[in-house]
Amino acid sequence: MENNVTRTFNNLVQRNEKALIGYVVGGYPTLELSREIIEQLILSGVDIIEIGVPFSDPMADGPIIQEAFTRTLNCGIAPKDCLNLVKSVRERHKETPLLLMTYSNILYSNGLDKFLIQSKNCDIDGFIVPDLNFEEADDYLKETSKLDLATVFLTSPNTSTERLEKIAALSTGFVYMVSVFGITGSRNKFERYTFESISRSKAIVSSYGKHLAVGFGISTTKDGRRMIESGADGIIVGSSLINIITKNEHDKSKMMSELDIFVKGLKTVCKFPN
Amino acid sequence: MKNNTDLGKFGTYGGRYVPETLIPALEDLDKWYQRLKVDKSFQLELRGLLKDFAGRSTPLYYANNLTRHLGGPKIYLKREDLLHSGAHKINNTLGQALIAKKMGKTRIIAETGAGQHGVATSIASAVFELESEIYMGAKDVERQQLNVFRMNLLNSKVHSVHSGSKTLKDAINEALRDWIANVQDTHYLIGSVMGPHPFPTMVRDFQSVIGREIKEQIHKLSGNLPDAVIACVGGGSNAIGSFYPFINDKKVKLIGVEAGGEGIRTGFHAATLSKGRMGIFHGMKSYFLQDENGQISEAHSISAGLDYPGIGPEHANLKDTDRAAYPHVTDKEAVRAFILLSKLEGIIPALESAHAIAYIMKNANNFKKDETIVVTVSGRGDKDLTIVREYLAGSKVGIEKNKTTKGNGNS
Repeated sequence: MENNVTRTFNNLVQRNEKALIGYVVGGYPTLELSREIIEQLILSGVDIIEIGVPFSDPMADGPIIQEAFTRTLNCGIAPKDCLNLVKSVRERHKETPLLLMTYSNILYSNGLDKFLIQSKNCDIDGFIVPDLNFEEADDYLKETSKLDLATVFLTSPNTSTERLEKIAALSTGFVYMVSVFGITGSRNKFERYTFESISRSKAIVSSYGKHLAVGFGISTTKDGRRMIESGADGIIVGSSLINIITKNEHDKSKMMSELDIFVKGLKTVCKFPN
Repeated sequence: MKNNTDLGKFGTYGGRYVPETLIPALEDLDKWYQRLKVDKSFQLELRGLLKDFAGRSTPLYYANNLTRHLGGPKIYLKREDLLHSGAHKINNTLGQALIAKKMGKTRIIAETGAGQHGVATSIASAVFELESEIYMGAKDVERQQLNVFRMNLLNSKVHSVHSGSKTLKDAINEALRDWIANVQDTHYLIGSVMGPHPFPTMVRDFQSVIGREIKEQIHKLSGNLPDAVIACVGGGSNAIGSFYPFINDKKVKLIGVEAGGEGIRTGFHAATLSKGRMGIFHGMKSYFLQDENGQISEAHSISAGLDYPGIGPEHANLKDTDRAAYPHVTDKEAVRAFILLSKLEGIIPALESAHAIAYIMKNANNFKKDETIVVTVSGRGDKDLTIVREYLAGSKVGIEKNKTTKGNGNS
């Protein structure tokens, strides 16, 4: 079944391009600025936007995103604000997939179905939940399917073939491959196992007719290119974007131009993978 | 799918909510644990260590003076405070470190609040010659300098955690992050009946030695089961260890005492089961203190060991099914109990354990005189002397007004 996410991937495949996926923290550094940042990312060439919902205890995230979460929460940003953010971005971008990346407790603490219905009403396309595995996801799968929301499960270099098959089957958006043993944030270098795992995972995921995007630690065009050469259908950048945003917090035009340069560099890699 | 049949569910609680990277490690740990649980040589080795190194079994002591003073039921104290390291934590750390050794892991990490579990982990790591690194909130590092030094002496490296609230929950976050990055050679030695499956089950099994001994000892003394078993609850390991062998003995009341901090209406408490609600955090579904949006709250208790915004999933289920009751006592009541037990019985309990004592002090009249109550003294109070002294020196106490402690030399 096609949704905004798979349609985007399919269109890119037809053009022999790879997907560039950008992660921002909803409401960081401010709600208005995060909306402008998303606009800029889309303008510069990001194909899919992930909006991180700030959580008090993000166990899969490194210091850059943790810090952005803490500051955003201190400003009183609530999950509802992130949903409204999506709604306002959607007004101008009907086609761009907008995904929420959120920890389980945000989804479940006030009732899963309630949160999903609210999300649907704000035109969210789907979810990435880094601490939710398919074993615990029965309700989640049922509700997302009912509401036609895309699911993105994560896989890791040490995930068994048996599990990855299940993950691929249950992901209706794409499969999110965590590139390394570790948390979000840039790496000085990737080891061979990352690229070997991408190749292995790509084979399994594509046999299910699904797409594989790789994230965690990508900070240069060289990183992105190697991920793509190993078989990734898309690359995900998050901490690098947050870094640029934080660094230029008080100089919006510089922030936007640095984001533009960074995104365009990666987009070139995605457009001309060889 | 294999391994899916038992993901450590207690009613709807428990489970395994972690990043995918940790799943293979948890499955592996579960497999090893299932195997070693029934392995005679493993059990023999562990029992030997618990006896010769840690000092089990611990006495069940009839608290004659306290019983007389309160004029209620017969009170027995389960003396986990007499164990090596001064607390029940070592029952679990020796067990898990031995498993880690068998699994071929070379490095142990652990979280610690006040430092008790960090110390117990450091001890177990020393025994098995494992490298050991302890995560501790920056605030706790500051408050517990002596325990940091103690861990260093025992050859552990202590990481001061500066993220979030800089306390226990952040130390757990950081330990989980470390585990995600180093899952190949590292075992995360969780200190309570919390976290993703198999930890709540495994830690419970290691701590159940407390309840098994209670059962045997009380039977020898009275020929009967106790009428109630009382223990303090933070994450809940000494409580579940005390309760578990009695769960099917429906006549035995099980009472887990939570930390009411400055009072559960003040917002400064750790009474998770009274004031929290269902959530998913630190790898498990359970009760958590959280705000209306699902952001995890900070817990507050004078006792660092109870200062945690969550609780083990098995307790959540025991509460929902009414098999156990979870009242709370305040900091002030716990400090009173700390003083009273010291004075009457010559036993200085840990502030954690003082919560369990405080409950029976408050509620002695609700029991009949011929009833038998067991209170688990999970640890000794040496570590809390400074805290209690400062608490008494502060004006917020008014402990002198309490007649049970009048004339006590507070300084």
